[in-house]
Amino acid sequence: MATNQLPLAKKDARLYMAFMYVTYTALLVGGLMGLLQTLARSGKYTLPFNINYYTILTVHGVILGLVLTTFFIIGFQFSLMEKTVGISDKQRKVAWLSFWVMVTGTIMAAITILIGEASVLYTFYAPLRAHPAFYFGLAFVIIGSWIAAFVNFRQLYVWKKAHKGQKSPLLAFMVTINMLMWFIATIGVATSVIIQFIPWSLGYAETINVLLSRTLFWYFGHPLVYFWLLPAYMAWYAIIPKIIGGKLFSDPLARLAFILLLLFSIPVGFHHQLTEPGIDPTWKFIQVVLTFMVIIPSLMTAFSIFATFEITGRKKGYKSLFGWFKKLPWKDVRFLAPFIGMAAFIPGGAGGIVNASHQMNALVHNTIWITGHFHLTAATTVILTFFGITYWLVPHLTGRRLTPRLNKLGIIQTFVWTVGMTIMSGAMHIQGLLGGPRRSNFSEYAGGEQVATWINYQIAQTVGGTILFIGILLMVYIFIQLTFFAPRGVEEFPIAEEEKNAEPTPKILENWYLWIGITIALILFAYTIPVFDILKHSPPGSPPFDWPIGRG
Amino acid sequence: MHLHKYEKIWLIFGMASLVLFLLIIGFAAFWKGTHPQSHIETIDPQNVEAHDAFKPENLGIREVADGKYIVNIVASAFNYDFGKDKEGNAIKTIRVPKGSTVLYQITTKDVVHGFQVAGTNVNMMVEPGHISRYETVMKNTGEFTVVCNEYCGIGHHQMFGTVEVYE
Repeated sequence: MATNQLPLAKKDARLYMAFMYVTYTALLVGGLMGLLQTLARSGKYTLPFNINYYTILTVHGVILGLVLTTFFIIGFQFSLMEKTVGISDKQRKVAWLSFWVMVTGTIMAAITILIGEASVLYTFYAPLRAHPAFYFGLAFVIIGSWIAAFVNFRQLYVWKKAHKGQKSPLLAFMVTINMLMWFIATIGVATSVIIQFIPWSLGYAETINVLLSRTLFWYFGHPLVYFWLLPAYMAWYAIIPKIIGGKLFSDPLARLAFILLLLFSIPVGFHHQLTEPGIDPTWKFIQVVLTFMVIIPSLMTAFSIFATFEITGRKKGYKSLFGWFKKLPWKDVRFLAPFIGMAAFIPGGAGGIVNASHQMNALVHNTIWITGHFHLTAATTVILTFFGITYWLVPHLTGRRLTPRLNKLGIIQTFVWTVGMTIMSGAMHIQGLLGGPRRSNFSEYAGGEQVATWINYQIAQTVGGTILFIGILLMVYIFIQLTFFAPRGVEEFPIAEEEKNAEPTPKILENWYLWIGITIALILFAYTIPVFDILKHSPPGSPPFDWPIGRG
Repeated sequence: MHLHKYEKIWLIFGMASLVLFLLIIGFAAFWKGTHPQSHIETIDPQNVEAHDAFKPENLGIREVADGKYIVNIVASAFNYDFGKDKEGNAIKTIRVPKGSTVLYQITTKDVVHGFQVAGTNVNMMVEPGHISRYETVMKNTGEFTVVCNEYCGIGHHQMFGTVEVYE
């Protein structure tokens, strides 16, 4: 498509690049914290300058889990919206507002964490009390992302009005689904922050309902991970086919998968709370069933992607059973990095099924197996796909080219990442099965054989973590090259098209009232009774605790 | 909407596996009664001693019937209170004979904690205002590390104990 070759107007590119600058700064800072954590956990190295382990753990989680992901996703999605439905001057202004609100919130939270006033990890942990600026900062990040969401909704709305009767472009539809899910999910955490945490941290409320705060957090906490995953799926469905020289597998199926992800990502938060004492086990089980539903669209996605690979290969004339597979563009990093991400999602997804399996969760809950799990899913599947997007998105925005040398560096980066993560995540999975806890500084506990085994795996994690940090340095180098130094030129913005004879997309897939209605109905079904129970059977609330996190 | 024949097979296979997994989990949960721990019993976190099980003299291990034990524990940052021995020293190790049935009961006086007897199925969240319980048979001998596996503050990794199962 000709428009995909066209560079964006400078004023637009600057907006999307602003999000990318924050993304890659976050990668460097958050990655360094990760390296320090694995070093500290080896027991052979003490953190310099009296830095507290739990401060860097909080920085690592907040900066990579919330900041990097949200900034990359919103910047990438804005670029997708512009390419498919366009952006007006007014929308661009509001988009900048969303950026600055998010940046303000990030800086507030970051400073509070770095001066040691918020070592509460990114899951908050009431009744540990952080400085109010931490909660205000996070509230700003969320509000900023809402502004972005409403700009996206408006972009699609304006396009639909100008194109009566036409189906919306697939990528614009997907962005809208993701932002809808994000908005509905963040209402939970925003409620908790604004109604519970802020008044309590300021001293206006004496106590906090801990279980309610955790329930509201996890109502948001699971869709949060799908908010990271869906942009990767966008690339897999609608961008990778173009990169390998193929067409969309099926527009209606892609839309159906995204709708199912919207429906089943939210009413499932209890599977993060399976070992908590105050929730009825029957309701836990009901949410386990709903959790399993969300696997179905991922199965559909897996099929679509491999079908695209095969169809494209066969069209190019590769006849043998797996000839099409061998001939995939392995030397194109725009394909290779996301492909490794897809492959990592096979063990990652299987591990997720284990985690969500009701009583089986007790085997792994809060062990470092879980950390290994999300370093496969978020830190491999999602991040390698985001890197894969970066290789063409950044030069497209800066009017430069991905040179063969940078492409090669990217391939090396992908291998470094794969090796580092296999070692680190593998060691975490095994140590977790042996009972090793997550979120913990180095400790010999009471000594003994069990603990000695754990420490060996922690040393393996240090090796993996160090390799990963080299991968991060490489990626940041590539980003700087693509931004400032690569030769000028035109890099394609790859968007796959439908086959000419593709079947029409049923209108019902764009019936927003219907899908939002079902989403809300499912949430009400999964949460009304248990939340009512939690409120009715509330114990006396908890006063704030400052000293356990080292606050004066 | 058209579904490719192979995709239908793939999805039917996938969904059938999910249903099978759920049936197994559901069977274990509702027929065998192995739910994750959830007792929905509340307590005043600022006055846990008011509950009989968590009075200082009732902490630690108690034999309640032949081969049946109850272990009462109060968690606080950054310690598990297993009670005191005859000399008045804090107990750090719980000793049980192999094959005994042990009910662990735990609550917290302050923040959220975890309680895992590593190498067994005993793995619970401990939240202020709630009592966590898990009963299990200690089938294997050895020393099992008890760890706080839920973040509770900067001394989190120094919160531990030991369960020793002897012949």
